[in-house]
Amino acid sequence: MSLPLAEVGFAEAAWVMVAKSLVIFAVVFAIIPVLTVVERKVLGRFQARYGPNRVGAFGMMQPLADALKLIGKEAFSPDRSVPLLWTLGPILVVFSGITVLAILPWGNVQEIGGGDVGLYGIDISIGILFFFAFSAFAFYGLLLGGWASGSKYSFLGAMRSAAQLISYEISMALALLGPILIAGTLSLTGVVEAQDSYWFIGPQVVAFLIFMVAGFAECNRAPFDLPEADAELVAGYQTEYGGMRFGSFMLAEYLEMFVISGIAATFFLGGWMGPGPGFLDPLWMLLKTLALVFVFFWVRATLPRLRYDQLMALGWKVMLPVATVNVIVTATLVTVL
Amino acid sequence: MDGSSEKFPYLENADELVVVQRGPEPGGLKGVWRSFRETGRGLKTTLARVFEGPKTIQYPEEKTPVYPRFRGRHKLHRFEDTGLEKCVGCSLCAAACPADCIRVVAAENDPANRVSAGERYAAVYEINMARCIFCGYCEVACPFDAITMGHEYEIADYNREDLIFTKEILLAEPLERTPLRTEDE
Repeated sequence: MSLPLAEVGFAEAAWVMVAKSLVIFAVVFAIIPVLTVVERKVLGRFQARYGPNRVGAFGMMQPLADALKLIGKEAFSPDRSVPLLWTLGPILVVFSGITVLAILPWGNVQEIGGGDVGLYGIDISIGILFFFAFSAFAFYGLLLGGWASGSKYSFLGAMRSAAQLISYEISMALALLGPILIAGTLSLTGVVEAQDSYWFIGPQVVAFLIFMVAGFAECNRAPFDLPEADAELVAGYQTEYGGMRFGSFMLAEYLEMFVISGIAATFFLGGWMGPGPGFLDPLWMLLKTLALVFVFFWVRATLPRLRYDQLMALGWKVMLPVATVNVIVTATLVTVL
Repeated sequence: MDGSSEKFPYLENADELVVVQRGPEPGGLKGVWRSFRETGRGLKTTLARVFEGPKTIQYPEEKTPVYPRFRGRHKLHRFEDTGLEKCVGCSLCAAACPADCIRVVAAENDPANRVSAGERYAAVYEINMARCIFCGYCEVACPFDAITMGHEYEIADYNREDLIFTKEILLAEPLERTPLRTEDE
């Protein structure tokens, strides 16, 4: 089947697609605020303390209080900022995160209400390239935001993030090439279906590790949170941002984390594969994704921030060669076997 | 320091040799293994904290018990049998106070209507809590044990004027809001 501008594996009526998009959007945006408070609570536990527990039961209303506070703030912009780009920065970052949600597969084609519905936004044939295109888009948001702030700290933070994202994007793409070679398709549903008998984390454990480490760097999370190194660059590219614009950057960070975990679950942990009937598929996918998100929290609680030269050395001298060797070995084995 | 005399002939005393402990050289497969192992060790350490449980004392609801000799807010005392104030307005506490936060104005007792057991009593007795450093010298200086340090430490307020505690406040039985440490704690 084909839609204008894209070759797709499976497509439904337009209204079904709209409904699916709304459901995915609503569910993920219900999860993101919970993630923010859960991260703080989990981080608290890692440090033998409670974390937020004052707002609502178990502090679960904390994100609501945070959002209200951020929205209530003045939409301030610095004197020397470039207004259009300044506003565009956070928008681009959130936009890039949301777009990738479209291709995350939550389950296979199911019969719901008499018609076949694919439990994903859309199954495009270029699949993972879409993800790379739009996750690289986030980098424009950071760079523009940092540059348009008209502040040297923001600019330095933006430069760091730019260099970091470019360095790790390559290793990330190379890491995903392994599973793609085995599955023989770029489509995310295709990759999951190829993991019917075994998960790709088995043969591709090196690729999985590289992808996760590059994922930490992609999301600007510890131990690669140099772009927003609070101790060195004030707050990096976000220095001049306040209110909900700052909130958007934070939202994008959690969204990105969720998306990267989702992609990793799809490519290495068998995506929606799990015991039980078909309608449980999204649950399995969510469970695997959240487990990987927990790893993000865990690593943040454990590892100290890398020095900038160490970051670059790790990216170019270790991750890239290892990822390349992994691809070559995988390609050879796939051809021979 | 075996062989250090050949290596460092200019050293007169082998004890002067300082050996610098350096970390292992990076690189090689050994380095890869080491970095993985150490990262794993770190992850294990943090995860162990999760199972250990939080150590937090939820302050406004839970409080750290204080020791019996904890120097908190002052108390002025009365004789239990007669109800007369122990303070005779001698101002020794004010003289001992290094922060100069105690003000005493003494007055003669009226024999028909005694306030204190002595000849004179404190007509005004004020402690400026904003200046008090809780050293306890007033307690030591007092010849009649009229002033002692209590256990209360929650005395923050919004106005400086409210922090000047008068005799009535100091004489009144304070709310015991602070748990006292027991023997085994």
